[in-house]
Amino acid sequence: MGYTGLRIHHHPVLTFRRGREVTIYFEGEPIKAFEGEALAAALYAAGHKILRYSPKHGRPRSVFCMIGKCGSCIVEVDGIAKRACQELVRDGMRVRRIKGYPVLKEAGGGAKPVEEVEAEALIIGGGPAGLAAAEVLGTHGVRTLIVDDSHRLGGQLIKQTHRFFGSRELFAGLRGFQIAEKYEEKIRSFESVDVLLRTTAIGVFKEGVFAVGEERNYVLRAGTYLVATGAVENYLPFENNDLPGVMGAGAAQTLMNVWGVLPGKRPLIVGAGNVGLIVAYQLLQAGAKPAAIVEAAPRIGGWFVHAAKVRRYGVPIYVRHTIVAAHGEEGVEAATIAEVDERWRPIPGTEKTIECDAVLLAVGLTPNVDLLRQFGAKTKYVPELGGLTALRTEYLETTVPGVYVAGDVAGVEEATTAIIEGWIAGYSMLMKLRGERDEWMKERERLLKLLKTYRSSPVSARVRAGLEKVIIGGEEVA
Amino acid sequence: MREPSPDGIASPDLIKELGYVPNEERLRKGPVAIFECVEPIPCDVCVWACPLKAVSMGEITEKPVIDFNKCIGCGICVGRCPGQAIFVVDLSKDPPQVTVPYEMGEAPAKGVEVELLNRVGEPVGRGRVVKFFKDNLTYVVTVEVPSPELVMEVRAVRPVRGGDGA
Repeated sequence: MGYTGLRIHHHPVLTFRRGREVTIYFEGEPIKAFEGEALAAALYAAGHKILRYSPKHGRPRSVFCMIGKCGSCIVEVDGIAKRACQELVRDGMRVRRIKGYPVLKEAGGGAKPVEEVEAEALIIGGGPAGLAAAEVLGTHGVRTLIVDDSHRLGGQLIKQTHRFFGSRELFAGLRGFQIAEKYEEKIRSFESVDVLLRTTAIGVFKEGVFAVGEERNYVLRAGTYLVATGAVENYLPFENNDLPGVMGAGAAQTLMNVWGVLPGKRPLIVGAGNVGLIVAYQLLQAGAKPAAIVEAAPRIGGWFVHAAKVRRYGVPIYVRHTIVAAHGEEGVEAATIAEVDERWRPIPGTEKTIECDAVLLAVGLTPNVDLLRQFGAKTKYVPELGGLTALRTEYLETTVPGVYVAGDVAGVEEATTAIIEGWIAGYSMLMKLRGERDEWMKERERLLKLLKTYRSSPVSARVRAGLEKVIIGGEEVA
Repeated sequence: MREPSPDGIASPDLIKELGYVPNEERLRKGPVAIFECVEPIPCDVCVWACPLKAVSMGEITEKPVIDFNKCIGCGICVGRCPGQAIFVVDLSKDPPQVTVPYEMGEAPAKGVEVELLNRVGEPVGRGRVVKFFKDNLTYVVTVEVPSPELVMEVRAVRPVRGGDGA
C-alpha cells in the first residue's frame, strides 16, 4: 500500500504545519510519515486502516474516536501498547498490530517517576469549558492547573473550521480553531495557570487525582476541582458497524482538520444534527464528496442554515432513512440505507445501496462522567442531555462540595454554552477559594442570564427539559 | 407560516414571507442584501458587521430585521454570517448580479466563468465573476447571472471543471 490520495494538500481555511518527513515501520514495512503527527493519521493516510484485531472474533479494528477514548486503535509501539491516535510520530518508530488483548509492559528503565502537584484549582479537560474557567481563575491570580490528554489545548474546538454563531463576547464570527488559538495564547499569558498536556487523569484516589503523562505520572491535589471532560461519540447498531472506515463524525473532523487526512473520498454521513451537517461541509472544503446524509427523523435535527450550506453543493439529505449495513472486506466499500417508519424501523423493500468509502456516525454524544463518579458526585440518567450526568446547582457545583462541572460532561450542548458554563464555574470556584464578593456575584448572575438567553430558542427545548432534571438547590450539596 | 423543507431548503416564498425581500422598486434601484436566516439562532453577527447599521435585532435569538433603505448591498455581512445565509442581489445591472460566500478554495478570479448553483446544487447556468473580496478566509464573490429570475435562485458558485476557473 502506498499512495491513497487521502492527504489534504490544499485547504481553503486550514494550513497544515507538518513536521519533517520521517520513516516509521508498520508490521516491518517502511512508511513515510510526518514527525509530530498522530500515528493513527499517518497509518490511515498510508492506507493501513486495520490497526488491530478484536480479541474474541479477530475482527479488524480501525480508528473510531481519534481522541483517545475508545481503544479501537491500540497498537504496539516499540513493544508497548499505545493509542495510535494519541501517539505522535517519531522517526524510526516500529509499530505492530495487536491480535487479542494488549499486554501491559513497562518501558525500559522501570516505572515512571511520580510527581505530586498542589494547586488551588485543578481543571480536568482543556476544552472550551475548562479554558473559560481557567480564564476567570487566571484573571484573579488563582493558582490553577489544567490537565488534558491531548497534544494541544482547545478540546474539540481545534477541529472546527466553521465560523461560530453568537455575540461579540462569545467570539462569534471566529472559526473554532481560531477561538482555540486565542484562548491558548490568553491562558499561557497567566502566570498563575499551568498546563499539563498529553497527560490523562485516570482516577480519583484519597491521595488526589492520578494522571498519566508521557515522561512521568502525577498525583494532583487542589482546593477546588472542575471536571470538564467533555463527551464521547455514540455508536449505532447496524450490520458491519465495526468495519474499518466506520467512525465517529468527530473522529473524521480530527483526521481531516487537525491532521490533514481525509477519512474517505466519498463518505456517507449518518445523522443530520449539527455535527453531521457541519462535517459534510468540512468534507467538501477538504476536497471530498460526501455521498449523502441520512437522518432517521422526519426532518433535519441541526440548524437549517447548516443544511442549506451542503444542499447548495448538491449533497443529498435523506430524512426518514437510516443505515442498515456497511459492506466491504477490509474497509467500507458501500452501505445499504433504508427508509424507516414512525418508530424508526427500516421498511423492507426500501433498501438502497450507496457507494461510499467511509461511514461517519453523527448520532449523538455521551457525557464522559467516569471521573465525576469517582469523585463521588451523584449522577442521573437524562436522555435529553446525552446520558448519565452530574446533579449540580445552577452555579455548577456537584453534590460533592468543591467539585464542579461544565461543558458537554454536564449535558451535551455546544461550544458557546460550554464557554459560558466555564465562566460560571470559574466564578464559583473563585468564590469557594476567596470568599464571596459583590462584583463576582453580579458577574456570575449576568452570565447565568446570558446562558438562559442562549438556551431560549425552541431548538434548545430538549436541553432545557433535561436541565430541569439535574439542577438541585445549594442545600443538596452534601 | 411556511417552514423550510425537512431536508433544509428555504423556498423564495418563505424568504419573502419573513420580510427578507424588498419591494420591486428597491430591488431595481441597486444592490441589496437578501437574508435567508429562517430560525431563531442565538447570533447577532450581522448586526455589528453592517457598517451602515441597516440590521437590527431584539433579543439575540430573534431574527434580524433589515432596513432596505439603509442597506447598500456592500456584501460585508455576506462574508461574516456564520450561517452563510446572506446574499446580495443587484437587478440594477445588466446582466443582473448575485453575491455569494465562497469557502471552497481560492476565489475564482475576476472575469472567470463559473457554474451557478441553486439551493439544491443544480447548475442553473453560467456566469462571470465581477469582483470578490476576502473576510477571515471567506471569499465574497459577485457573479453575473443570465436572467433576472435567477437572482433569487443562484446561491453558490463552482469553478467550471477543466475550464479557466478550475
